[in-house]
Amino acid sequence: MACIESLKYEIILRNATFSECREYIRKNCRELVTVDPGFALFEKPVIGVPPILLGLDGDSITFPYTKPCYGTFLLRTENPEEAARLRSLLKK
Amino acid sequence: MVFITGQKEEKEAVLVLGCPQVPVQTAVALYLMHGLRRLGVRPIVAGNPAARMLIDVSDPLHHYAGEMVDLDTFIADMAAGRRKHDYYIVFAHNDAGVTYAATVQSISGKKVIMIIYGENFQAIADRVDFPAEKIMAKAVHNPMPMKKKIDEVLPWLVSNL
Repeated sequence: MACIESLKYEIILRNATFSECREYIRKNCRELVTVDPGFALFEKPVIGVPPILLGLDGDSITFPYTKPCYGTFLLRTENPEEAARLRSLLKK
Repeated sequence: MVFITGQKEEKEAVLVLGCPQVPVQTAVALYLMHGLRRLGVRPIVAGNPAARMLIDVSDPLHHYAGEMVDLDTFIADMAAGRRKHDYYIVFAHNDAGVTYAATVQSISGKKVIMIIYGENFQAIADRVDFPAEKIMAKAVHNPMPMKKKIDEVLPWLVSNL
């Protein structure tokens, strides 16, 4: 996810564990998508401890993001195209 | 070069480096690559630009390091099925290291070797709940505790994983 800086995002959690990210998404997001590590999100593979949970609310996507030096963040961004693509996976 | 009995072709190990903020990482990685080459295993390095640059400057003629690859590119290539290696060795001194190891383990389906070091090495090791062989020591500035552990287990790991 090298292009993360090109997205407009909100930081929800800093220095989070993946279980904390999962818990937040379960409690706060309307729709949940479970993916494996390596799943392409914004055309880049997701890094994470499986099962990796992504959250959807309308056009908003909530997702964990790990940087080697800074740990794991839970981010939220608006992206109608990517949200629609994730939502289509739910229907399969 | 010493070949393990029964080993015919050169195998490959990828070293997935973490953030280089803990001083021992580069020294331990180079020592490990030296040990792997002696056992007939070709090392490949995956890391962020700073981690790779430290290796490049320390080993300018690449006596030890083989191919160098960007960490994100490495994960993307693995996920797309473009990369498969015999051994996956992941350095971890923080949660991010464990996260990368879990990612590599999940995509490869293989048991990973984790080099766990730093002040909080035990707490980091306790967070590993996926198939991994852990080589761990409280190494921050002094690489010797980790060197000793590597000397003890590397031939066994190369023979048995």
